[in-house]
Amino acid sequence: MDWPFLIDVARQLLSGVPLTLQLAGSGLLAGGVLAVLVASAAASGIAPLRWIALAHVEVFRGTPLLVQIFLIYYGLGQIPELRDSFLWPFLREPYWCAILALALNTSAYTAEIIRGALQAVPEGEVEAARAAGMSGVLLRRRITWPIALRHGIALYGSEVILMVKATSLASVITVAEVTNISYRLISSTYRALEVFVVAGAIYLALTFLVSLAVALVERRLNAHHAHRRT
Amino acid sequence: MTSPMQANTANTSPVIATEGLRKHFGTVEVLKGIDFSARDGEVISILGASGSGKSTFLRCLNLLEMPSAGRLHIFGEEVGLRAGKDRLRIANRRQVDRLRTQVAMVFQNFCLWSHMTVLENLMEAPVHVQGRSRAEIREEAEAMLARVGLTARRDAYPAQLSGGQQQRAAIARALVMKPRVLLFDEPTSALDPELVGEVLKVMRDLADEGRTMLIVTHEMAFARDVSSRILFLDQGQIGAEGTPQQLFGGGHNPRFDQFVSRFNQG
Ligand SMILES: Nc1ncnc2c1ncn2[C@@H]1O[C@H](COP(=O)(O)OP(=O)(O)OP(=O)(O)O)[C@@H](O)[C@H]1O
Ligand SMILES: [Mg+2]
Repeated sequence: MDWPFLIDVARQLLSGVPLTLQLAGSGLLAGGVLAVLVASAAASGIAPLRWIALAHVEVFRGTPLLVQIFLIYYGLGQIPELRDSFLWPFLREPYWCAILALALNTSAYTAEIIRGALQAVPEGEVEAARAAGMSGVLLRRRITWPIALRHGIALYGSEVILMVKATSLASVITVAEVTNISYRLISSTYRALEVFVVAGAIYLALTFLVSLAVALVERRLNAHHAHRRT
Repeated sequence: MTSPMQANTANTSPVIATEGLRKHFGTVEVLKGIDFSARDGEVISILGASGSGKSTFLRCLNLLEMPSAGRLHIFGEEVGLRAGKDRLRIANRRQVDRLRTQVAMVFQNFCLWSHMTVLENLMEAPVHVQGRSRAEIREEAEAMLARVGLTARRDAYPAQLSGGQQQRAAIARALVMKPRVLLFDEPTSALDPELVGEVLKVMRDLADEGRTMLIVTHEMAFARDVSSRILFLDQGQIGAEGTPQQLFGGGHNPRFDQFVSRFNQG
């Protein structure tokens, strides 16, 4: 095994990790905010809002992320109004296009996770809170959301891991994250096996850390399931 | 001579009263105009066949279920209700939230908050709804837990407790609010037979203290021994009403006698 080569590859690929994490982090942050809005719209009493939320989820869950990235990066540039707008400085940049695509994509999945988690909150516990005089934001803050969070956290952990891996698709629009650097190393060295093994190991290490963090949060939140009686 | 009389009536003005309370689900009329009032210190057992509307009636009293028509008075105060599409709506959420802190409810399925320990369950509403100080409420909560025999389990989560323990915790949670009236909806129906006694004992103690209680139950012996009044619901109407002696003696109301005899067979 050519250790010096592997170490050199690892060093070069690691330089892409901050960008990979930025893409995942920004995508999750913006996507999370959007998901809360979409989930609220989906649960609202106003029918058109519900339809928009439903369409949003279907569209961004039902099309490949790669197609979404291409559409945003190559497609939006063909719209003259956009090219002339204040958004263009951002939409021209592969970096912002990748984040936008990742955010839209994760917002659809996360909105579904939120919806499911809220539905899993036992009606009886909400009624008990109402019967004790809670309503509105207090009821949600103290009872509904904490219980929903406990139901949704495991699924959301998977979504975070999916997002870390999904950032590799940004490589196709020249964002110099881990996978993109791998391509470039291969085209100069022709050693695809070693390069991709190292790239895979880096993603594995990242997702493992995410799993660990999620497991810790889950254990803290779900203390009430410890030694559960059956 | 009128003033002492008035003072007297004010004193004994109903804790909860309904006038013409109706409720329908779709086309099915479940409550067909209930006129009812409960006075301070009364222990009223609400009996009736399955589907007669007992739970619906009880839940209308704290507006977990919205009536279709009728009026509701709590502690002499009319609860603001306005017309809605197929049922009445709460006119003033703040009024209802305030009254609900004084009208505690104990549910068939306990409905403790699963993400909080027993002690946190007890402290939640006093601290966050009533705005009482944690230190003060903690002492009262501990005392309440001692009273229902759960001191050792105060840091346990509901899922770690037996049904009987959960229901005792739920009763303690209701009591720390210092409610003026307690509503129970079949508090022992979800319990294994050997756990029923421990919950009934707590309720019997509360009745002996002179607490105002409205209890939907299928525990006939308990209803007969502990209540000051029986309300028999029959297909959404008050089928019979009176003291346990009057009703359980037989011959007061044929439908009630039928209900009791069917019950004793089953
Ligand atoms: N949310 C609801 N939607 C439709 N119908 C309902 C609803 N809740 C209750 N009902 C109906 O109203 C009727 C009265 O129900 P309720 O639960 O008040 O009866 P109950 O006397 O408490 O019976 P049980 O002894 O079985 O608890 C029943 O026919 C029931 O099917
Ligand atoms: Mg019932």
